[in-house]
Amino acid sequence: MKVLTQWLREYVRGIPVNDRELADDLTLRGIAVEGVFDLGANGSLFEMDITTNRVDAMNHYGIAREAATIYGVKLNPLETALPAAKDGPAFPISIEEPKLCGRFTARVLRGISIQPSTGIVAERFQLLGQKQISNAVDATNYVTLAIGQPTHAFDLDKLEGGLIVRRARKGEKLKTLDGIERVLDPEDLIVADEKKALAIAGVMGGWDTMITSDTKNVLVEAAWFDPFTVRRSSKRRLLHTDASHRFERGADFNAPPVASALVSRFLLESGGSQIGEMVDFVIPEAETRTAKRSSIAFSVSEVHRILGSTNGGATDDKDGITAATTETILSGLGCGLAKTLEGEYSITLPSWRLDLDREIDLIEEIARVYGYNRFRNTLPAFAGSVVELPWAEKEATVRRALLALGWNEAISSTFCAAGDAAEFAPRPNSSVAMGNPLSEEAGMLRPSLIPGMLSMLALNLNRDVEDAALYELGTVFSGCTENVDERPSLALGATGKAFAGSDVDFYDLKGSLEELLGKFAVKSVVFDAQSLPAWLHPGRSARVVAENETIAYFGQLHPAEAERRKLKQTVFVGEIFIDRLYKLPLRQPAVQELSKFQPVRRDFSLLFPNAVAYSAIEKALTALAIPELRSFAPKEILREAKSIPAGHFSLLLRTVFQSQERTLREEELQDFSQKTVAALEAIGGRLRG
Amino acid sequence: MSENVSGNISGEAIPQLSGYSEAELDKAFAAISSEVETSAATLDTPESVEAFRLQWLGRKQGRLKAVSDAWLKSAPVEAKKLIGQRFNVLKAEIEQRLESAGKNSAFGALDAEAIDITLPGTRRKLGAEHPLIKTLNELVAIFARMGYSVGVGPEVETDYYNFESLNFPPGHPARDTQDTLVVANQEGRPLRDRLLMRTHTSPVQIHTMEEQPPPVRIVIPGKVHRNDAADATHSPIFHQLEGLCVDTNITFSDLKGTLDHAMKELFGSSVKTRFFPSFFPFTEPSADVQISCPFCGGKGCRKCKHSGWIELLGCGMVNPAVFEFARQKQPAYDPKNISGFAFGMGIDRIAMMKYGITDIGLLYSGDLRFLEQFA
Repeated sequence: MKVLTQWLREYVRGIPVNDRELADDLTLRGIAVEGVFDLGANGSLFEMDITTNRVDAMNHYGIAREAATIYGVKLNPLETALPAAKDGPAFPISIEEPKLCGRFTARVLRGISIQPSTGIVAERFQLLGQKQISNAVDATNYVTLAIGQPTHAFDLDKLEGGLIVRRARKGEKLKTLDGIERVLDPEDLIVADEKKALAIAGVMGGWDTMITSDTKNVLVEAAWFDPFTVRRSSKRRLLHTDASHRFERGADFNAPPVASALVSRFLLESGGSQIGEMVDFVIPEAETRTAKRSSIAFSVSEVHRILGSTNGGATDDKDGITAATTETILSGLGCGLAKTLEGEYSITLPSWRLDLDREIDLIEEIARVYGYNRFRNTLPAFAGSVVELPWAEKEATVRRALLALGWNEAISSTFCAAGDAAEFAPRPNSSVAMGNPLSEEAGMLRPSLIPGMLSMLALNLNRDVEDAALYELGTVFSGCTENVDERPSLALGATGKAFAGSDVDFYDLKGSLEELLGKFAVKSVVFDAQSLPAWLHPGRSARVVAENETIAYFGQLHPAEAERRKLKQTVFVGEIFIDRLYKLPLRQPAVQELSKFQPVRRDFSLLFPNAVAYSAIEKALTALAIPELRSFAPKEILREAKSIPAGHFSLLLRTVFQSQERTLREEELQDFSQKTVAALEAIGGRLRG
Repeated sequence: MSENVSGNISGEAIPQLSGYSEAELDKAFAAISSEVETSAATLDTPESVEAFRLQWLGRKQGRLKAVSDAWLKSAPVEAKKLIGQRFNVLKAEIEQRLESAGKNSAFGALDAEAIDITLPGTRRKLGAEHPLIKTLNELVAIFARMGYSVGVGPEVETDYYNFESLNFPPGHPARDTQDTLVVANQEGRPLRDRLLMRTHTSPVQIHTMEEQPPPVRIVIPGKVHRNDAADATHSPIFHQLEGLCVDTNITFSDLKGTLDHAMKELFGSSVKTRFFPSFFPFTEPSADVQISCPFCGGKGCRKCKHSGWIELLGCGMVNPAVFEFARQKQPAYDPKNISGFAFGMGIDRIAMMKYGITDIGLLYSGDLRFLEQFA
């Protein structure tokens, strides 16, 4: 909104500061001046940003009132005197919807000459960059800029009969001032004559009754319409006008007669006269809800309870906010004060401030006008204690582990395409659609982090970043549009030489997951290939089961899926149902006494048929239950080498034996070796020569 | 004479001692010592060091051996101790020179093992912390030190929690400022039950108060969504940190002090704050907070659009209307007895400011060229 300082200063002569200081002082009181433009001898133009609750300040007089309150100077009353009206009949008005139209005024001016605006209107419109139309239309716009009350001028001769404020009829049409023919809705409140719709109340006037250069006689309308009705009409047809903006935020109930007079003063400047008295239709119930709403109790002690300390410290006001301060501020803003007790008041509220109706609203006004930055900065004492989220430490542990393992954190979209939702949802038909999606690609709440992860890997590959290891910790959604279930989830995705010299493989992901699981107190972990999701390569993927619950699926992305997404490299992905992991406690390190005795290493070179999985070897060795078998691990695995029979692989197995109590004797070690070999032979292995 | 003059590979023959008094011995050894010093002057190549070593310590023809032969061996028994002491000092001096020549030079026996230490190191890459998470953790830590717990809430909310209970009545213009993404098929449901993507973290204020009586001190970080067009500074997905403090005696001064302290911790103690009246339906009085530009110290620069100030967060005293909603489940939130403040800040914006990120979209792209810079 644009504001001229010369116009403000017309209303408040006593502003003691220059325009720039005025801009700062207003801004500090929440009447934000975003820009100050110097107009030379014409003062300045302020570009303002007024918050939605302050419709009263969306005009010159309202801002002038703020300035008068800030500086404690006089606000000049508006000049509304008109020449005496000539006798004539009262214009017939009928309000069929008294709940939606609280006040309606109509004034008849005859013998008006329609011409371009001159004088102060022309001058100020030019400074504001406001389009000039004709003296009649400009007068209505000028008055809106002056006091914020929208008015409308009808060509009286185009009206057929009296005015009726009613709801539109089904299918009723109106060509509005923007030249668009609109079909009205029975919910719309309109101003009509006996034959036709004339205007959408509080939104826009009609084409057929507008002022033209031929207009001779004018009807000036100024009214107060119900905010919600105007808002609904405006929203329904996406017709947001200056008038609707003001009405839907709650206009001043007492402004219509004032605005009507101000408009008429301009029109009568070029001749003509008012015929009959202005008709002013007031619905008492609406007046009670607005201009005559009941007074409220206000106490200075409550101001102190909510706002705290102003005196002492970095303030220019030794006494802080006193009863006198509050009296000055509230009366400046237009409140009526009646003292009930010392520091207690009964306050009547100004008709233009519908945003004020509780004590706290007045306390805010005190703080605002007094100046927020004059309050001290204090820190409250606190008797409570800090409560940690039960899984906060677990989440932090997971993050630390993944970062240390070389995974980079990424955050992707909360939404995914319907096709992806169907493919990656852990359960069929459990995805939730959006009602007004950002795009077609974002039509669903993501049921899994995998589609987002694949998009991010694809983005990197498309930018020639060939080595990538990403993780995302985020929310996934399931359920239905009635009831949405949210869970935290973790996705891993890697491709290229993300960790070392060789390409990422299944075992890189498995290793990371093993490290991650190692942070939790897990007694049993099984990696198997049961019920793998369709998006994983069936031969190079695994399910992770911990404590009999599926914790994760991971592995190589299915080649068909990789092809469909045009991924140039093999990628490995995994989804970890992290909420299930969070059910487990973190592992508390418990130190095992270090053995004082020499460990003994024994390597075994064996041949196995390909059908023997390493897990079988692991199981056979574990089943031996030799306490001294401290560790075993595959040192080397060879397949399809010359020296190896077809259908077999060779395994160099390293075992380490150690006792906590004594040095192992040669006979014992031989016994262990024999048992080890026997166990491995039992599952199909044989020692190599 | 021949037994008194030992041959050697370089230098003069060792002169005969003029006598065995301490003064005479000192003088004779000093002459040799200055000879050592002279010949050690240019030990800057492996060859010169080796030559020095042979000259003095050579087993057969070394000058030290010659000294021993000429002075020590032939000395009378009573003089041997005095000469021996001086001889050992001389020998130590020679060895010391050799050792320091070897240490100080870029050559020596390990020369052959030299590597090019200017080649890049073998980097085992650390994962990069996401700038948003990094900023979020920093903020949470600041408030944790002031006694705030951390809370969370759902990303899909009901209209009641996202709007109504925060004093956005149905049909209120304030709702227009937060364009909302809604879940499908909500039209037939009562307005308060309709599901939407939370447009701010403020609903967690209500959840928190419904679950726990005062006093409350909590911060709530989280992802929020708005139906906004994306550009360099706007994203339909972004993150906020919400704060709520409720007790029997919380004032606007406390709100100011708390945020002033937090901003100083975040941006440095020289940062100043100032508060402007603003409007949020769920707080009253409401304020926007600006900090003095931490980049130029308030003088004006590109980052603060030459104003010296940067607007960073919104806050206010909890609106009694909000307490009334919370009170439906927790009677202790009677606005006559308690008061509180709430604040909310955009984590993305703070991260962008701290790290000089000019495109918010990068935060949600997974682009490693960007992310790796935070490792």
